[in-house]
Amino acid sequence: MKALLAVTRRDLLLAMRRKSEVLTALFFFVIVTSLFPLGIGPEPALLRKIAPGVLWVGALLATMLGLQRMFAADHADGTLEQMALSPTPLALLVGGKNLAHWLVSGLPLVVLAPLLGLQFDLDAGSLAVLTLGLLIGTPVLSLLGAIGAALTLGVRGGGVLLSLLVLPLFIPTLIFGAGAVHAHQSGLGATGHLSLLAALLALSLFFAPWATTAALRIALE
Amino acid sequence: MSTALRSPPVMPMQDRVIHWFRFASPASFYPLAGKMMPWFWALAAIFGAAGLYISFFVAPTDATQGEGYRIIFVHVPASWLSMFIYMVMAAWAGIGLALNARLSGMMAQALAPTGALMAFLSLWTGAFWGKPMWGTWWVWDARLTSELILFFLYLGFIALQAAIDDPRRADKAGAILALVGVVNVPIIYFSVKWWNTLHQGSSVSMTRAPSMAQTMLWGMLLMALAFWMYSVAVALKRVRTIILEREGHAEWVRNLPEVKP
Repeated sequence: MKALLAVTRRDLLLAMRRKSEVLTALFFFVIVTSLFPLGIGPEPALLRKIAPGVLWVGALLATMLGLQRMFAADHADGTLEQMALSPTPLALLVGGKNLAHWLVSGLPLVVLAPLLGLQFDLDAGSLAVLTLGLLIGTPVLSLLGAIGAALTLGVRGGGVLLSLLVLPLFIPTLIFGAGAVHAHQSGLGATGHLSLLAALLALSLFFAPWATTAALRIALE
Repeated sequence: MSTALRSPPVMPMQDRVIHWFRFASPASFYPLAGKMMPWFWALAAIFGAAGLYISFFVAPTDATQGEGYRIIFVHVPASWLSMFIYMVMAAWAGIGLALNARLSGMMAQALAPTGALMAFLSLWTGAFWGKPMWGTWWVWDARLTSELILFFLYLGFIALQAAIDDPRRADKAGAILALVGVVNVPIIYFSVKWWNTLHQGSSVSMTRAPSMAQTMLWGMLLMALAFWMYSVAVALKRVRTIILEREGHAEWVRNLPEVKP
């Protein structure tokens, strides 16, 4: 556990030293979501309807931006090999890197989402459901994305390939995340969707670091 | 001293059983695949001819859908095969990863394009069927959407394998992706299904008439068998090509009659 937190701390420190990369992804999220009302028109009823989908797709794409950086630098300077050789299980260290990635690129989205939701005329209840959904769902994105990042490590055209591999896997998260807000808006209650999101989180928390570790070992061979 | 000179124990029983793992070596699988291929081509042709005959001349015209329904004789087998091939591909990939067998990775790589083709065919013929029946090329139905996502998964697998130069690493990376995909396919299917029922986006019902004419069912089954045999034959053909490509440095490849200049 200590090793996990140490890796997280180190990655956070590295991210803080290069603030522009983190902020770019965040501004990307803000700009993309703000483009939709400009493209579609300012009718509040329509905006309320598309808000969950737009915000979630924005979050998906913003998470993608930071994924490639998760292992690339460590792979280039050999740190990753040292991690693979260390007595601590690699899956734990991968978990630490996942946590750092989420804290840097997932949590800010969760914090910003209610503010952006206001642009779409969402009421307080919907905003709460949206934020809660993102809070449960963005770690899933980090965990699944890490598998893709590990698979495309040092591969030609890695960035585009990564999105091709990972975006189909994000679909269930998108459906349940955006569906939670829709269900709340239509009066069905969001509990079912949020529980399924939590189930996805539990599943990916268990399996994804394992798959990521296997993919990393292949990349390091 | 005497132990070193002793001849190896003779085991007559072993000669009778077939050593299946012998065929895990590309050198011994290559000729076997070559021998099996014509049989699967022949079976594909026979089943295809019988299936097409039944589907065009024997199966009755559908009461509500007219002659246009006959596209399901291509559409349904293609959809079945696209899902089935993904499972087989993931199984080969998993075996390759677990046993570190080269041939399994080659099989997975050989199956992927056929699976992608089936998924594409299924979507394409689905659109052709949808236009006259539902009046639209595309509906965001649960089955159509998951088929589309399956197509994306195939493309991801092919793209990942194509992007990695080292074939062994490509095999293993592809295997992990295929296994992750196979875990995700049911999750995706049910999430899409649920999303679809919640949204009520289309009023079109995909459920067909409960009682299908017996001949229609036969036509569909024969066509499915034909597609299946075709997939096996073409995968064997492709795996032979992959073996030649990857084992080009080996002595036995250079001695093959078709390779010798």
